[in-house]
Amino acid sequence: MAVIRDMIPPCELFQPASIGDALNLLDQYGENSWVLAGGLDSFDWFKDRIKRPEAIVDLGGIEELSGIRADGDGLVIGPMTSLTEVATHPDIVGRFGLLAQAAEHVATPQIRNQGTLGGNLAQDTRCWYYRGGWPCYRAGGNICYASAPKAMNAEHCVFGASRCVAINPSDTAPATIALDAQMVVTNSSGETVYDAEDFFIGPGIDIERMTVMEPGDLLTAIRIPGTWAGADFYFEKIRDRQSWDFSLVTVASAMRTSGGTIQDARISVNGVAPYPMRLDEAERAVIGQAPTDDIGVAAGDIAIRRAQPLRHNAYKLPLMKNLVRRAVRAEV
Amino acid sequence: MTEVEIIRDRGPRNYSRRKFIKGVIAAGATVSASSYLFRGPGVLTAGQARGGVERLMTLTVNGQQRRVDVLPYETLAMTLRYKLGLTGTKLGCDRAECGACTVHIDGVTHYSCSMLTHQVRGREIRTIEGLESPDGELHPVQQAVMDEGGFQCAFCAPGFIMSMAAFVEDNPGASRAQCAQALSGNLCRCGDYNKILDSAERAVELMDQRA
Ligand SMILES: Cc1cc2nc3c(=O)[nH]c(=O)nc-3n(C[C@H](O)[C@H](O)[C@H](O)COP(=O)(O)OP(=O)(O)OC[C@H]3O[C@@H](n4cnc5c(N)ncnc54)[C@H](O)[C@@H]3O)c2cc1C
Ligand code: SF4
Ligand code: FES
Ligand code: FES
Repeated sequence: MAVIRDMIPPCELFQPASIGDALNLLDQYGENSWVLAGGLDSFDWFKDRIKRPEAIVDLGGIEELSGIRADGDGLVIGPMTSLTEVATHPDIVGRFGLLAQAAEHVATPQIRNQGTLGGNLAQDTRCWYYRGGWPCYRAGGNICYASAPKAMNAEHCVFGASRCVAINPSDTAPATIALDAQMVVTNSSGETVYDAEDFFIGPGIDIERMTVMEPGDLLTAIRIPGTWAGADFYFEKIRDRQSWDFSLVTVASAMRTSGGTIQDARISVNGVAPYPMRLDEAERAVIGQAPTDDIGVAAGDIAIRRAQPLRHNAYKLPLMKNLVRRAVRAEV
Repeated sequence: MTEVEIIRDRGPRNYSRRKFIKGVIAAGATVSASSYLFRGPGVLTAGQARGGVERLMTLTVNGQQRRVDVLPYETLAMTLRYKLGLTGTKLGCDRAECGACTVHIDGVTHYSCSMLTHQVRGREIRTIEGLESPDGELHPVQQAVMDEGGFQCAFCAPGFIMSMAAFVEDNPGASRAQCAQALSGNLCRCGDYNKILDSAERAVELMDQRA
């Protein structure tokens, strides 16, 4: 169990001015390094003494990692761009409003002013056993406390479990999937570009990580292609309180409709699996159809078909179904 | 004089203890809050920086340059309260979950409990102590809170007032709903939200009168 004290325990802090310097530091300290962006998913770990890096590498001084610029008919967003900027930047609001809405729904104004898009995408799960320092599978142990018989698992997953039943808590992650975004990951041996869908991973691939990134990797850019610019978007986040709270279920969708028919669609949901899910089958069910309530209901039914709820989270099924239904119907 | 001990034990390179003390006095930080200064073995045994950040730094707080020795892993709230004696900034949760520690960095609200002081080097920090003008005139938000009797125990007040100030300065004519949105990162345990919003609306009026 976590012992809460008010000081972060001693460690080194580095503030490199270039990506190269940051990568050198990450290589030098390996598993004992910690990448720091806004820090809002980091300081709790340190204060609670659950994660104790030797060296914190603060990306705040690396200019090329922040800002938004045009790239052909799309955009390139630096991972250090604040969520407030993502939520208010005219190019994002005007053409990729889905991402702006998603960023706007994160936590509180203060957290959005400081939290970054990169940090939001790369954040760890909020499973309270794990965050509380319990030695579960994800923490390198050999039990999942959240799926034990008397566990409190109302906020855990209904899809994609593999020993661990935690969810991905990011609000912006499903929006990047719906926009066909790409993540540029850089390490000392070069750059790899991942489709957003492949960037997020489940416990079946690696139970200790939420994304493909390993120690020594940096997310250096988020590319939003022009594909969905100005499309019909729908974003809805269900949470207990209208401020601060993480999502219970969130839907993000992009569609193109013409002549009363859905031509193409992306529907992504978060809060239901250890990774943001793309709903391919529901997408296929709506393409070529009119965006009616009936089609929305059908897509919702398909979306929840293989769900496996835990003891306390079956409520997520009707929520998810209705969010998918609304996303489809919103295009009328 | 715990502060002096810290410097002697872990003085940053090329900085004598004497120079540091002079710097602190010149910046007006003679410590009325000495009872709040850091103590404890955890701090004093801190690892030496091997090429990491320089601990001695100059912070711009409420328009003043303040020279201060900052641990690499120290939060801004800690520096403000326990090193600079600016105890108007409150610590409620220390976890980005209440807003009591809200300050402005370059005019934008941040939770000072959840950022490192080294992350704000070279930027303008403004705390509740820096709201009134040098001649003692209250900021419109402070005046509005006085007019409306905006808080009960008021532990949350400095944080709310900082959020309100940042918002009304940039948003003339804002509605009550917009104020509520702007204050959605602050919690009041006494639940005095209606009066807090009355104060916010009054602050918008006072701002407009001043403009
Ligand atoms: C009270 C509270 C409420 C919250 N509510 C929400 C919410 O409603 N919705 C939501 O989505 N999130 C929420 N968050 C989570 C999170 O803090 C924010 O989403 C924020 O965006 C994280 O960004 P950051 O820059 O502060 O992250 P950091 O803490 O700096 O980074 C997060 C993680 O990503 C890694 N990382 C960051 N940038 C990079 C990079 N460029 N390359 C490689 N790794 C990187 C870090 O090493 C760390 O592991 C909340 C957090 C708190 C404290
Ligand atoms: S759900 Fe995952 S993170 Fe939570 S206790 Fe189980 S293994 Fe750990
Ligand atoms: S003390 Fe910083 S948000 Fe509560
Ligand atoms: S007035 Fe008491 S917490 Fe707000």
